[in-house]
Amino acid sequence: MPLLTLRESQIMKIHYLTGIGALFFVAIHILFRLIMPFGQSLEYENVVANYNNVYYVILLELMLIFISIHGFNGLRVILLELKQTPWWESIITILVLAAMIGVIAYGTRTIIIGSGL
Amino acid sequence: MSEETSRIKLRVFRTNYNKSDSPYFDEFDVSVKRWTTVLDALLDAKCYSDSSLGIRYSCRMASCGSCGMKINGKPRLACYTKISELNDQTIVCEPLPNFPRIRDLVTDFTQFFAHHKKIEPYIQNKDVSTEVTEKDELTEYKQTPEEVDNYLQFSYCIKCGLCYSACPTVATDSKFPGPQALSQAYRYLADNRDDGGSTRFKIIDERHGIWRCHFAGSCSNVCPKGVDPALGIQLLKGHLMGVSKHDKKVASMRTKDE
Ligand code: SF4
Ligand code: FES
Repeated sequence: MPLLTLRESQIMKIHYLTGIGALFFVAIHILFRLIMPFGQSLEYENVVANYNNVYYVILLELMLIFISIHGFNGLRVILLELKQTPWWESIITILVLAAMIGVIAYGTRTIIIGSGL
Repeated sequence: MSEETSRIKLRVFRTNYNKSDSPYFDEFDVSVKRWTTVLDALLDAKCYSDSSLGIRYSCRMASCGSCGMKINGKPRLACYTKISELNDQTIVCEPLPNFPRIRDLVTDFTQFFAHHKKIEPYIQNKDVSTEVTEKDELTEYKQTPEEVDNYLQFSYCIKCGLCYSACPTVATDSKFPGPQALSQAYRYLADNRDDGGSTRFKIIDERHGIWRCHFAGSCSNVCPKGVDPALGIQLLKGHLMGVSKHDKKVASMRTKDE
C-alpha cells in the first residue's frame, strides 16, 4: 500500500498542513456562529438550515476530513512509540487508516443526509 | 588562606545487576570545601569508606563525558557539578535514567553509541578518499570562520549521554536515535566539507526517527557543553520539511600550490 511506504517527513507534512487547515476552518465555523446570538445559532432549525447552505456544507466536510487526518495521525504517532517492531508499525498504520476512513465516511453520510442532497 | 570545610551526606545508589541484588542507597559522610565536586566527594567515599563503589570517570574536567549520573534528580556530570552549587546538605547520586544499568552508578552506553554510529558521524565527501596511504594524498578543505560557526556549537558534544537520559521519547521508544545522534546529524549537515546529507536524511527520516521528537527541550536543559541539541533537531526538521534552504556549497580543497 503506497500509504504505508510514505516517508515519515511526508506524513508529518500532511499532519502539520491539516492541523493548520483545521484551525482555519474551525475559526470560520465559529465565526459563522456569531452571525446571530450564540444561543439562537444552536437552535434546531438554525443548525439544520446551515446544511442547506452549500458553502457551509463544504466547510463542514473539509473540517471533518482535516481534523480526522490530523487527529488519527496523532493517535498513530502515540501508539507507534509503544512498541518498536515493523509488525506493530504496519498494524497500527492500517488500523488507524481504517478508523479514519470509517469516521470520514460516517461523517460525510451525516452531512449528505442533513443537507438533503 | 583558610577555607571553610563542611560535612555533607552523600547518598549513593548501589546495586550489582549481575548478581541480581536489590538496589539500595548507601550513605557516606564526606567533608567538602567550596570547590569540591560531586566526583571528588564520590572518590573520597571510594578511597576512605568503601572501595567497592562503582563509578566511571576519566578526565575530571568535563571533556571525556564518562561521569554522567543523576545528581539530586537531574542528569549532570559529576566532575562538573560543585557540591556548593547544589545548595543541599544531602547529595543523592543515581545512575543515568534511560540507560541499562551495570553496577552502582555505572551504566551501559552500547545502545547510545550504536545510535550515534548509525547516523554516520564523520565527514563524507565523494571527491575525497577516506583511505589515505600516501602522505601526498592528504588534502585540506578551505573553510571560512563563518562556515565553521555554522556547526561549531554542535561539535562541542562530548557524548556524555545526559541529553539522552533526559529525553522523554528515549524513555518510551528504544529505536528513537535520541538528541545526541540527531544533533550530530545536523552538525554534519551544517558542515560544508560534508556532502552526506541525503544519506543521513534517509537514516533519520523513518517511523522512529527525528519526528518522534516532541520538543520537550529537556535535552538542551541538561547539556553541560551548551550544544543545544533541541535546536539542532528543529533545524534538521526544517531541512527535511523543505522550509529551510539547503543551498550548502561543498568546500573546495586547498591545492598543492596554495
Ligand atoms: S549533546 Fe550535550 S548532553 Fe548530549 S551527549 Fe552531547 S554534550 Fe552530552
Ligand atoms: S570525568 Fe570526564 S567528563 Fe567528568
